[in-house]
Amino acid sequence: MNNQQKWVAFETIVRREIRRFMRIWPQTLVPPVITMALYFVIFGKLVGSRIGEMSSLPYIQFVAPGLIMMSVITNSYSNVVSSFFGSKFQSNIEELLVSPTPNWIILVGYIVGGMARGLGVGLIVTLLSIYFADFSLYSLPVTIGIVLMTSLMFSLAGLINAIFATSFDDISIIPTFVLTPLIYLGGVFYSIELLTGFWKSLTLLNPILYMVNAFRYGMVGITDINIVGSFAMVGLFSALLFFLALWLLEKGSRLRS
Amino acid sequence: MKTFENNALQIKGLAKTYDNSFQALKGIDLEVSQGDFFALLGPNGAGKSTTIGVICSLVRKTSGSLKIFGIDIDQDFSAAKQYVGVVPQEFNFNQFEKPIDILVTQAGYYGIPAPVATERAYKYLKLLGLWEKHDVPSRSLSGGMKRRLMIARALIHEPKLLVLDEPTAGVDIELRRSMWGFLEDINRQGTTIILTTHYLEEAERLCRNVAIIDKGKIVQNTSVKNLIKQLNKETFILDIKGEINDIDAIDGYPLTMVDNSTLEVAIDKDKSLNQLFNHLTNEGIEIISMRNKANRLEELFIDMVGKNLTADEVSEDE
Repeated sequence: MNNQQKWVAFETIVRREIRRFMRIWPQTLVPPVITMALYFVIFGKLVGSRIGEMSSLPYIQFVAPGLIMMSVITNSYSNVVSSFFGSKFQSNIEELLVSPTPNWIILVGYIVGGMARGLGVGLIVTLLSIYFADFSLYSLPVTIGIVLMTSLMFSLAGLINAIFATSFDDISIIPTFVLTPLIYLGGVFYSIELLTGFWKSLTLLNPILYMVNAFRYGMVGITDINIVGSFAMVGLFSALLFFLALWLLEKGSRLRS
Repeated sequence: MKTFENNALQIKGLAKTYDNSFQALKGIDLEVSQGDFFALLGPNGAGKSTTIGVICSLVRKTSGSLKIFGIDIDQDFSAAKQYVGVVPQEFNFNQFEKPIDILVTQAGYYGIPAPVATERAYKYLKLLGLWEKHDVPSRSLSGGMKRRLMIARALIHEPKLLVLDEPTAGVDIELRRSMWGFLEDINRQGTTIILTTHYLEEAERLCRNVAIIDKGKIVQNTSVKNLIKQLNKETFILDIKGEINDIDAIDGYPLTMVDNSTLEVAIDKDKSLNQLFNHLTNEGIEIISMRNKANRLEELFIDMVGKNLTADEVSEDE
């Protein structure tokens, strides 16, 4: 395949991925928006007004960046895991496997599709959050950079999950038992300054803490941890996951007999 | 490396052992000439689908070599794939997508831009009688339409080699015949076709050359004509006037009753039919019509693989 053909193949995968989640928008776009609206109402207005300030910020302002990041993470992950596993389950992944499309194009195509949904939902939730809280964006490059890298990282993780999955249970285990606890305990709803000793050290092992804090820094200018370290960690994990996913595709793991 | 050889497909010593140690292919050699209409026959679990799987990259070979139009898949599988179109046994398209989207998307995977792909998709949807359904979810198509959609999808990048794995399985006879006509047309236009089928009448009607595979080995590889020549018996169906309850045996003419008004007899090629007719006349049986049993190849096939073709031995590795 020449470069032009590769571009067409990449574009085709991305277009198909976007068409997929747009076709089923009541399942893919509406639920996260409703969930986040409820979070804003309950934690931001009802409970938040009684909590007062968190890290010198009104609670709604503190929690909003975390909620936006939460929607980016879950939607990037679930788009790729369900689309890729769905293709495996229906065997239509074979359409791609028999074609000359290189594995790295397949990988990047799916990842960009996942990021499109993750960032799309993130944007809708951001617009929604403006209704509930006042923001003056602190650093656009940090905000955009960390949200792009986080979406990339969780799209990659979703693809790896889908490659290994052999049943629909396998694609819900990680989001339910790993991703959700990590997000809830990753500094979305509270500052880690509230924790002490063992629990604080344990939380520092949670990668989502770094992403949420970097994003919060970009939006409102406060963070519990070092921003450069956050970018380095997300970059390193993304690179590792990228090469792992590519290696699995090259090997044909769980895809070719 | 793009060197065109006379062969569309050249397989040497191809072996495949699956992870569960099942040896599906035990070093097969196979050559298919450009422009050929080639049948790959064998009972369930013989290695047909594994062979096709290796050709289209869904199965990784254990050893041996495979060239597609002279391109070694170990050297440049991506280039070789441009020449191959595959119609698998099972429906493997996204049932929620529309036929037009399935075809344009598939073309995109081969680097064909959307405007060209759309034009081609229209052409093949029309040629295969699917135009009226181009814009409905493909899950609403009938079984025959889904098969034709898979053929259209395999042709969208205009491959020089089309591989069909039991394309007419479960298709009614009228549709099967129209699909045969379509395949004959594209073969006449220069596309090499490899076909696996359980309908041996199909192989006899369509194919010029044939390979029979059994237990991972090629047991016969010749022209269909040569294969038929090897047949030393012919089976005839006799329709009789009126009805009978039984029939006396005749030496050398094993007569069996298909039903009360139909007889079947397998006769050695060098034997005269006169004695049979005399005997039936003496019995007061009047023959009103006689025909060859359609599946001559099936008789040979059963001889070669020693199995009944109707036996449903599904290998989980295939």
